[in-house]
Amino acid sequence: MQTWSLVALCVLLGAVTRWGVSFNSYSGAAKPPMFGDYEAQRHWQEVTYNLPLQQWYFNTTDNDLNYWGLDYPPLTAYHSLLCAYVAKRINPEWVELHTSRGHESPAHKLFMRASVLVADLLIYLPAVVLYCLCLTDGSPRKKVSILLCTLLYPGLILIDYGHFQYNGVSLGLALWAMWALGLGWDALGSMAFCLALSYKQMELYHALPFFCYLLGKCFKQGILGFFLLVRIGVTVLLTLALCWLPFLSDPSQASQVLRRIFPVARGLFEDKVANAWCSLNILIKIRSILSSDSQFYLSLACTVLAVLPSSVRLLTKPTFWQFKLALVNSSLAFFLFSYQVHEKSILLASFMLPLLLKDGLLVPYAATSLAFLYFNFANILRKKQSYNLCFIRKKVYYAFAYALIIMTYVCLLQFYLSILAMAALSIASVAVSPPPHLPDLFPVLISTFAFVHFLGMFVYFNIVQFTEPPSKKSQKKIN
Amino acid sequence: TPGPKMASAVDHWFMALALGVSLLKCLFINAYRSTDFEVHRNWLAITHSLPVSRWYYENTSAWTLDYPPLFAWFELGLSHVGRHFDENMLRIQREAYHSEATVLFQRLSVIATDLMYILATRECCRSVSVQKASKDILNRPSFVLAVLLLFNFGLLIVDHIHFQYNGFLMGFLLLSVAKHLQSQHLQGALLFSVLLNLKHIYLYVAPAYGVYLLRSYCFTKDHPDGRLNWRSFSLLRFFALGSIVVSVTALSFGPFVAMGQLPQVLSRLFPFKRGLCHAYWAPNAWALYNAADKGLAVLGLRLGLVESGPQASMTGGLVQEFRHTVLPSVSPSVTLPSCLCAVCLFLFGWHVHEKAVLIAILPLSVLAVQSREDAGIFLILSTTGHYSLFPLIFTAAAAPEVSLMLLFTLFSFCALTKLHRCSLLGFLERLYLLGVAAVCAVCEIVLPLSPLGARLPFLPLLLTSVYCAAGVAYCFTRLYGSLLRTPGHSKAKTS
Repeated sequence: MQTWSLVALCVLLGAVTRWGVSFNSYSGAAKPPMFGDYEAQRHWQEVTYNLPLQQWYFNTTDNDLNYWGLDYPPLTAYHSLLCAYVAKRINPEWVELHTSRGHESPAHKLFMRASVLVADLLIYLPAVVLYCLCLTDGSPRKKVSILLCTLLYPGLILIDYGHFQYNGVSLGLALWAMWALGLGWDALGSMAFCLALSYKQMELYHALPFFCYLLGKCFKQGILGFFLLVRIGVTVLLTLALCWLPFLSDPSQASQVLRRIFPVARGLFEDKVANAWCSLNILIKIRSILSSDSQFYLSLACTVLAVLPSSVRLLTKPTFWQFKLALVNSSLAFFLFSYQVHEKSILLASFMLPLLLKDGLLVPYAATSLAFLYFNFANILRKKQSYNLCFIRKKVYYAFAYALIIMTYVCLLQFYLSILAMAALSIASVAVSPPPHLPDLFPVLISTFAFVHFLGMFVYFNIVQFTEPPSKKSQKKIN
Repeated sequence: TPGPKMASAVDHWFMALALGVSLLKCLFINAYRSTDFEVHRNWLAITHSLPVSRWYYENTSAWTLDYPPLFAWFELGLSHVGRHFDENMLRIQREAYHSEATVLFQRLSVIATDLMYILATRECCRSVSVQKASKDILNRPSFVLAVLLLFNFGLLIVDHIHFQYNGFLMGFLLLSVAKHLQSQHLQGALLFSVLLNLKHIYLYVAPAYGVYLLRSYCFTKDHPDGRLNWRSFSLLRFFALGSIVVSVTALSFGPFVAMGQLPQVLSRLFPFKRGLCHAYWAPNAWALYNAADKGLAVLGLRLGLVESGPQASMTGGLVQEFRHTVLPSVSPSVTLPSCLCAVCLFLFGWHVHEKAVLIAILPLSVLAVQSREDAGIFLILSTTGHYSLFPLIFTAAAAPEVSLMLLFTLFSFCALTKLHRCSLLGFLERLYLLGVAAVCAVCEIVLPLSPLGARLPFLPLLLTSVYCAAGVAYCFTRLYGSLLRTPGHSKAKTS
């Protein structure tokens, strides 16, 4: 069959899967008084529509920051404002100041889910399609299978369409940036990445590789590089200025926004995350030993150390392949060692793995998706909420089946062992009740297991980045 | 005779497809459910809580048991599993009951029983396998057939959203067809008798079945020139077939005959009081008839020839008997003369449900991967038939269903065209199919926003029904024509 029809089929399948997941319950459904991320997004629409811009990030009588105050950069706020305009046209009750708190209805759910789908259709899906068709290796058939893998990545679908968030927008913009850089359009790529950064501050996980790659490229080109540097610099400054313009007029505005999006007072980690600090906490209770400030500096130091090798390597060898590896390494490093990491942050590392696909990378990709899902499962157990059983089962089933389908093409023993271990753990966590003095046994086990996998992957990818043999293919990629 | 069978190893791609489609079905667990969900829950309750003698008399709830006894036994079996999910679903009550566990159990039961359908699909794929399969998996007839059957849009919508057990039942039909293609006629007959006793709607295909079995199994030899050899009629084989059918039916209906309840059971199974057309018109000939009647009535009103009366309720969504205004009313006996195939009965049958078009589409898929002409007919029938199913899903957000339909339609067009290596549709046919999109646009967007739509609320349904009826009728004519035109072809198939 022709490529275009296969691509259309993949996109449609991706859309159907997304809608299918969106039938289910969202985060915080029917759970007053705080509800969940869904209510947070709705509340932001309410705040941005009804209040003047100066009040969005401040604690006022009309804007209670304790009830889901805005904690993403301005582009999210503008997006919420746009959605609010549409919501107002359909049903003003949805964004009424104060009275619409905790509003839940089938029509509203439809609207919110539709907004995620529309955002994905406009930003994420085209980026994935273009990237797969232009910048991946292999025959057209192989490109389409990579496209399918990426589109069906369960982590992103479950978070955006189940739990409810708009990660598709920021990841999509980052992907546009990667695509532009891959084609040599550096200024355009920088602009796209600045937009991504202004949408979610989590994209900082990817910022270092972008910086090092572009800087390294400029250095390599000598005099021409200087002009490139100027062009990129101007683009970045202009884009950032444009996004943050309303907040730059008053220094207190800017600092308040920064304070909201980087909450340094919160502590090394909150929930069970499969990263270094949470796992270390099992052996040494770090959070009680160190003060909040020293925790911050410790994590900063460790993150910088972890990211340094790959960034320096990229600076000296700014090829696109190195760039892609550095993206993975940097996001993994940040995930493992950074401050206040949320388990969803693993998305930043894993969603792009199939796009880097060369032989053998399929395995870590599947492993991260599984690890993410199992870990999510563990978190649900820990919260002991009455998540309807079918939702849990569905997640696990989805993960299992997804891995099985991928596994038909991969035959690595250690992969099967991992799957087996994960299966055993999850069955045990449901069937066996933990000993009374260790109530959190299974969630902790699962998250540690996942952490070991992520750490292993981090080491593996660093090794790959440093031992890349100079082959004909990589020569072509130096632009 | 069918082509030589491929090696019996279960192909990887088939497993991946089966797993993938089951996954997709799981995603629809929490989607819109119709009243059919409550119907089946009620039947679980009836068969579990009441003795057999009361099954066909129970009418606390409006959803009385109206499938043959074998299906009732099937529901009894399910109820024993359902007991572990939620005991309360097995209570007989008038109000609907849908706890989360109930929904989960019932949806999972449909997905699990679809295993029958998956097995049947695999048998059909084996039957269409060719010796020199192309290297490209996507271009093999067995792969295309597997996708067309497993991912059939109509089946997914009706079974996993609207809620029914058609996959399970169609599995029996397809498996029996596959057995016949493999010349294992007695097994095929057994499967078909079981099917008839599970859901009597398959009486639609019974005449064709009967004639086929008679011709190919009971008459053992042909004349050299292909004509029927009347003297080769084998009484033994005829009795073998007959005994299979009779014994299965006896097993199913036996207890009720013994209790003298046969009339009651039959009245439940064949409710002729329900009227010529279902609440929503299936796209069959009676839709055209009704449309003509309505048109003439409106005209008659305008001209003062006819008095106005309670006619607008035809498509009101309720099942009831009604009278035609201008054209003579149609009574059951008029529609009973036997017809030759499922499409024919669909077109002309009494109280046809639009889901019945699936019974025609699925077997046609098997033909479509083998013959160019059938592929063209399949494309038209599946597109119009599937489109006519949309009113079954009353949600505002038909987005997943639309995407699913686009997915299936796109695949069927591209795959079949590539398989047969030529264009399958003529210009007029293409125009007709584009017209389906136009009808969709008019019904979904134009009419709701225009004043005409407010005055004539039944208009979208009527439009859909009539337009699709034209397509289905056209397909029927072509199928009939192709059957009559290739006598050698059909005789070769029966050997």
